[in-house]
Amino acid sequence: MKDRPTVVTGTVGVDAHVIGTKILSRALREAGFNVVELGAQTPPEEFIKAAQETDADAILMSSLYGMAELDLQGFKEKCIEAGLEDVILYIGGILGISRHDFKEDEEKFKKLGFDRVYPPDVDIQAAIEDLRRDLKARGKL
Amino acid sequence: MGEVRVFIDFGSTFTKVVVFDLSKEELLARVQVPSTVDRDITIGLEEAWRLVRAEVGLGEEELRQAVACSSAAGGLRVACVGLVPEYTTEAARLAALGAGAKIVGVYSYELSEAEAAEVEELVPDIVLLTGGTDGGNRKVILHNARLLARTGDRIKNIVVAGNKAAHDEVRQILGGAGKNVILTRNVMPEFGRLEVEPCNRTIRELFLSRITEAKGIARVRSLIRGVVMPTPAAVLEAARLLAEGAGDCPGLGELLVVDVGGATTDVYSVARGLPTNPAVVTVGLAEPYVKRTVEGDLGMVHNLETLREIVGAGEEPEGFAEALGDLAARSGIPRTEREVETQIMLARAAVKTAVDRHAGRLEARVSPQGEFLLQRGKDLTGVGWVVGTGGPVAFSAAPRRVLEGALFRPEEPMLLKPKAPRFLVDHHYIMFALGLLAQAEPLKAARLMRKYLVPI
Repeated sequence: MKDRPTVVTGTVGVDAHVIGTKILSRALREAGFNVVELGAQTPPEEFIKAAQETDADAILMSSLYGMAELDLQGFKEKCIEAGLEDVILYIGGILGISRHDFKEDEEKFKKLGFDRVYPPDVDIQAAIEDLRRDLKARGKL
Repeated sequence: MGEVRVFIDFGSTFTKVVVFDLSKEELLARVQVPSTVDRDITIGLEEAWRLVRAEVGLGEEELRQAVACSSAAGGLRVACVGLVPEYTTEAARLAALGAGAKIVGVYSYELSEAEAAEVEELVPDIVLLTGGTDGGNRKVILHNARLLARTGDRIKNIVVAGNKAAHDEVRQILGGAGKNVILTRNVMPEFGRLEVEPCNRTIRELFLSRITEAKGIARVRSLIRGVVMPTPAAVLEAARLLAEGAGDCPGLGELLVVDVGGATTDVYSVARGLPTNPAVVTVGLAEPYVKRTVEGDLGMVHNLETLREIVGAGEEPEGFAEALGDLAARSGIPRTEREVETQIMLARAAVKTAVDRHAGRLEARVSPQGEFLLQRGKDLTGVGWVVGTGGPVAFSAAPRRVLEGALFRPEEPMLLKPKAPRFLVDHHYIMFALGLLAQAEPLKAARLMRKYLVPI
């Protein structure tokens, strides 16, 4: 249990969109989290290395270019290999390429091992509340 | 006699003595004799001093005030233990290199019993223990401290530069086991941010206070004022001074120093290394402004075969193999014309390969938004100067040809080496001495450097 949980944020893959993750990082900081901000174009493995060194409780990824599904194949398995089986995984953004149903995206990423999946127009405060609940449920807050 | 200062380098191949007259800002003498560290380090020093006195009339008092650096007796041997290879382990490596150390082992994550035994077998002068950002992972550094605490007395000195939240506990574990534990600032206090200077300083202080004692180097203590730093640290200080200047002596700006030696080739960059192309994105750990790399397989006395392979069978001129053998037999000092040519080719190969490994590189990535470039390491394409030191460069018949090995090659556009630098050579081979002088007299050291480094 910690006073200030540590979370890693960033835009995954070769996606250059940085605004979403910046807004999220700022909101998390204001909400009292210790934020390790990796920024845009972060390879999936960098999230793992950062979480290892900083003993992170959660990884919150953004992706807006529609390719996250490809970037994140095997990501949960890599986390388990790296000793991060307890780290909470969230992702949000534009998660598919063509017109599609968000429910489908949610299902796909949950299968990939993400605990929660958000559309691009998510209310950040609601997501932070989810995170607090999930951390409490795992005895990390 | 004016204000005379004497500097000594106890190298693995040669013992060198350099004498300056500070009031006239002149080099008075420079001699070198084969190193005698295997037998008794003082024999070589006394021989060199005899030669100095044959050139300039100095008394014993000047020798007693002499300051030395050393890379003899294996140099300053450091084993690094960190958490993630690319982060705190790499940060530890960069910090140790910046302190002038020779890295003898690198370990990541939780040490196994076998690895801990291996560390002990390396008999490092210092184990540098890192891991975790401040407030980050504690588990791994504590585990590694417990294993290191169980090692025998071949592990004496442990510098701890990891997660500060674990420092007190680490000190208890290691101190309780009788180790000399020195706590210093975390080499990576926040994720991705390096802070190697405090760790650098701690390692150098430890070298000064305890390490030289254990190395047979202590014998010279009664003859001179002291062995104050490892030789690479002295060259690094000279490189920094040359780039930044001192007082009213302006610096040259960003530069690269290549030091080709008998046992290693060292490269120092004093440069920020940010992308020169604004479209490039940097990844990985940001590198230190003053960065040193050392190539233990590129020494001009000990690794002639490796260098020969790099030169390549197709490029070998007639009589190359024979000249190579003769060079090896004479500590790399050439006599015939053929040996001179062979030495130039080998030294150029050493410079090329060492700078290839030091420089940053680009990687192309394809994205839905088009292709873009990632940069790992430093972009040195805009660096203004390349400086050569070390015997095979300083005394080369064609130092420019040797140093051109450091240049960018259009056929390897992803390798970020200097594109249009000017060249300087440490013609008298005195940079280490100026790095030592810089500790007390930075302005005079800077002026002497500008006076004695020769444009080529």
